[in-house]
Amino acid sequence: MGGSAVGSSRIRWQVLRTPGLGAAQEDTQEKETITPERAEEAKLKAKYPNLGQKPGGSDFLMKRLQKGQKYFDSGDYNMAKAKMKNKQLPSAGPDKNLVTGDHIPTPQDLPQRKSSLVTSKLAG
Amino acid sequence: MAGEGREGAEERGNDIQWCFSQVKGAVDDDVAEADIISTVEFNHSGELLATGDKGGRVVIFQQEQENKTQSHSRGEYNVYSTFQSHEPEFDYLKSLEIEEKINKIRWLPQKNAAQFLLSTNDKTIKLWKISERDKRPEGYNLKEEDGRYRDPTTVTTLRVPVFRPMDLMVEASPRRIFANAHTYHINSISINSDYETYLSADDLRINLWHLEITDRSFNIVDIKPANMEELTEVITAAEFHPNSCNTFVYSSSKGTIRLCDMRASALCDRHSKLFEEPEDPSNRSFFSEIISSISDVKFSHSGRYMMTRDYLSVKIWDLNMENRPVETYQVHEYLRSKLCSLYENDCIFDKFECCWNGSDSIVMTGSYNNFFRMFDRNTKRDITLEASRENNKPRTVLKPRKVCASGKRKKDEISVDSLDFNKKILHTAWHPKENIIAVATTNNLYIFQDKMN
Repeated sequence: MGGSAVGSSRIRWQVLRTPGLGAAQEDTQEKETITPERAEEAKLKAKYPNLGQKPGGSDFLMKRLQKGQKYFDSGDYNMAKAKMKNKQLPSAGPDKNLVTGDHIPTPQDLPQRKSSLVTSKLAG
Repeated sequence: MAGEGREGAEERGNDIQWCFSQVKGAVDDDVAEADIISTVEFNHSGELLATGDKGGRVVIFQQEQENKTQSHSRGEYNVYSTFQSHEPEFDYLKSLEIEEKINKIRWLPQKNAAQFLLSTNDKTIKLWKISERDKRPEGYNLKEEDGRYRDPTTVTTLRVPVFRPMDLMVEASPRRIFANAHTYHINSISINSDYETYLSADDLRINLWHLEITDRSFNIVDIKPANMEELTEVITAAEFHPNSCNTFVYSSSKGTIRLCDMRASALCDRHSKLFEEPEDPSNRSFFSEIISSISDVKFSHSGRYMMTRDYLSVKIWDLNMENRPVETYQVHEYLRSKLCSLYENDCIFDKFECCWNGSDSIVMTGSYNNFFRMFDRNTKRDITLEASRENNKPRTVLKPRKVCASGKRKKDEISVDSLDFNKKILHTAWHPKENIIAVATTNNLYIFQDKMN
């Protein structure tokens, strides 16, 4: 089970009150047995000491509400989509790709729009 | 009811013996993101089984009519219809992509020859009509059979077109599009028992729609705080009561369920009942709130109980008792000592669904390593099974699996550290009448049946 870096783009949980985090150390001294959950918490705090210190339980929830990649504008979005499609489908050929960027293309120069619909493999 | 024979068998102490029936989807390990299955749902008769995927596509399977010569197995499910339900969109105001992933599919009860279902992505709900066409008119006077117009001067006689049989064609068409009503991401849709209205829930709001009206919806729950800094919980799931058309529930990320009665007021911000299990404060940890977040809520068919799924357990609540569940089943308690790693690899945020069998006696939910679990409420016995192509032989009973939490691992057991956390079963469905289940792995759909003798 590999771990991802804390700085990854996924959501991170920030709790408003963190009674467990501070108390964990005292607990290990007081109690002989420590619940597995608390042990895991101590592990997490050892790895990421700054976790949970920033107040505001809403950070995590705010990020959850906004899930999805942000783009600069619709042009940026369409460029990213086009790049993804070109990776998935075989390219039309080197000649057609040379057209854009060299001069203003005319409708005849542009390659045919490839179909975006691929049938689900469940139906295959 | 078809299941009666089986229920008798269960009373005699014979548990269901599950056998592999079918598997749908690609064999290769390299999974394209669009092929990830995101929802599975039987229709009310169980004859149709719908799946939705991350690519916005819906595939509907239909059960074959029972074959008299093959009395030892029920009909197979074959592809009936497939269509592109949602396409990716761009939210210009927020510069965010709107995923085409189908979050939920819900079937309408059948009213006429056609079938209807609601499918939703993060922002838009669509009502699809699936209809069959098995005959077409032939013998037009002004058109050729291929559709071209005839030269009018060649038309000398008049004939009456007749309907002739043709190969069955199944057509799906979008009849209603319910858009622009959700600022946040839709997580649930639920059709009311009045069969006229339905609800859609996002992270902070729940809306009530009429199936015929697309330009208006009523907001019935709004938990958005005036100051977003004060946000402490979000709505995770919502469902209408199966019999009372005025009652619905919604679950939260804090592990609570609120039952609301629409007769009480137009805006159901004040719940009629609040279901919450008291927490032992000495057990509280950094993970407590995350693992208590409810990922799914489902009423029993009877309407007397509801089931909730949180990260580690399944709980059954009696609607008459708010202060604690009546039954709690541990799905994978051995993960409690792995929460740190599960937090780091984000698995702790996985949203598992759960389902009831037709008679409300057994509940089922998924886990990791392509395992899924069933809990028999009467016998209190549970079983762990695996959805894997290795168990491919039809009518061979599936072998129960066991995870070894710690210590000595017995033969045939699998240790917690060997579990594949990328193989998650988040979506399962149980046929409303028979012991047939549909289990979705990442990109494959498995169908299992009980052994018929």
